[in-house]
Amino acid sequence: MAEMPKATSQQLADEFMEAILNLPDGEKIKQCIQCGTCSGACPTSHLMDYTPRETIAALRAGMLDRVLDSNTMWMCSSCYGCTVRCPAGIKLTDVMYELKSLAMKHGVRPKNVTTPALQEAFVAEVEAHGRNAEVGLMRRFFMGTNPFDGLRNLGLALAMKQRGRLSLGSSSVSPEGQRQLKAIADKARGG
Amino acid sequence: MARLFYPGCALEQSGKPYEVSTLAVAKALGLDLPELRDWNCCGATAYMGTSELWGLALAARNLALTEQLGADELVTVCSGCYVVLNKAAKYTASNPALGAQVNDALAAAGLTYKGTVRVRHLLDVIVNDVRPETIQAKMKTSLAGLKVAPYYGCQIGRPFDDFDDSESPTTLDGLLEAVEAEVVPYPLKSRCCGGMLMSTSRDAAVTLVYNLLECADRAGAQCIVTACPLCTVNLEGYRRQVAAKHGKAYDGLPIFAFTQLLGVALGLPRAQTGVDMGLIPAEPALTAYL
Ligand code: SF4
Ligand code: SF4
Repeated sequence: MAEMPKATSQQLADEFMEAILNLPDGEKIKQCIQCGTCSGACPTSHLMDYTPRETIAALRAGMLDRVLDSNTMWMCSSCYGCTVRCPAGIKLTDVMYELKSLAMKHGVRPKNVTTPALQEAFVAEVEAHGRNAEVGLMRRFFMGTNPFDGLRNLGLALAMKQRGRLSLGSSSVSPEGQRQLKAIADKARGG
Repeated sequence: MARLFYPGCALEQSGKPYEVSTLAVAKALGLDLPELRDWNCCGATAYMGTSELWGLALAARNLALTEQLGADELVTVCSGCYVVLNKAAKYTASNPALGAQVNDALAAAGLTYKGTVRVRHLLDVIVNDVRPETIQAKMKTSLAGLKVAPYYGCQIGRPFDDFDDSESPTTLDGLLEAVEAEVVPYPLKSRCCGGMLMSTSRDAAVTLVYNLLECADRAGAQCIVTACPLCTVNLEGYRRQVAAKHGKAYDGLPIFAFTQLLGVALGLPRAQTGVDMGLIPAEPALTAYL
């Protein structure tokens, strides 16, 4: 990723709020009552540097930069448990996605967190085929992070192969479809 | 009403048993499911976590193609695809500004999405359109005596509770009861399988899977029934890691997609049920029914 000038924390905060407010019910983030229901619903909150409730509290306190440096959003599995239970109607899963997007965009990579690498591998795989070949994805991901973990996964890959559940390539979208996907990407990411 | 089928990336690979049984069961039930031509990856959690707008626009291309072909329903069997496609459909409808941004991106590719597509999970179509009574009438092999744990996972009912409850869903229970299986109480039925954390935070995901297996085992289940190819792989593919961390591998607890058990109940040829493609052997759990 190209070096980019470090955004000030105010710029980051503005960018974040703008993205949140662009989403349905985004403004509800201001109505958090700090009840902790989200953290109670979350299957991984005990592994997060900031629980979902603490995340909202930290954002309010102007500590977006600390949240971005944490493992919190990378431990989110997108189970939507918090979103359906929040009494204030805050779509916290979407907030987690915005935190991930912001970290990806600004190259914030907390130690021991491999999700950005997985997301990049996924995007690269889909850019190549319009679809995601599981083998290609895992090859890209493990070669880029930890080849030994990749080797440990070989057993599963072989078992899948024996049962006809692993193909070395995926089907692809048509060349016209590829062109469309590229145009969509350029517009959505640029604009 | 015209329906198109969105298979999604996992289905033609690790989800093969689910694909094979879905197509065979749909045929047996007279459900027409032609594949959406030139569909693209829904983007899953990776695109949403890179740029929500990009993720929504990528998913919306599939909706635009569906509309272009004159269809008004897009049916998927993957809960991961279901939630992303449905999110694109609902967010563009409920938030005109966002809808305009998505359409701007689509316009760059010469496409438009007017907002007429309803995204559905196959479980919804089978329960609410085909109806359990129809399946019961066509049943050749009763699954009586088979103890099953119905596992819904997260994204089939969250955040969109279009056809079932987001916390205590029951549609799959009812469908399995229609083919006379014994549905065991399964309180973790909509808890998380770990999703992509299985690749990025293996230790955390292994424990989530252990909880699901242990809960089913204690309830006396002989198999767990799923409605998503991603949940399936997490539940069946990491038993060694579960055993290493929690001391039990649950060797006798296979995982089946709901279409596989429907295929067995409908008396389809064994190869069309995909039950021999599982990582955990289907027998002895299914011996009496095959
Ligand atoms: S559940 Fe909603 S209101 Fe309660 S702490 Fe979490 S975000 Fe705030
Ligand atoms: S969506 Fe993410 S933050 Fe919310 S409960 Fe699930 S794992 Fe936790």
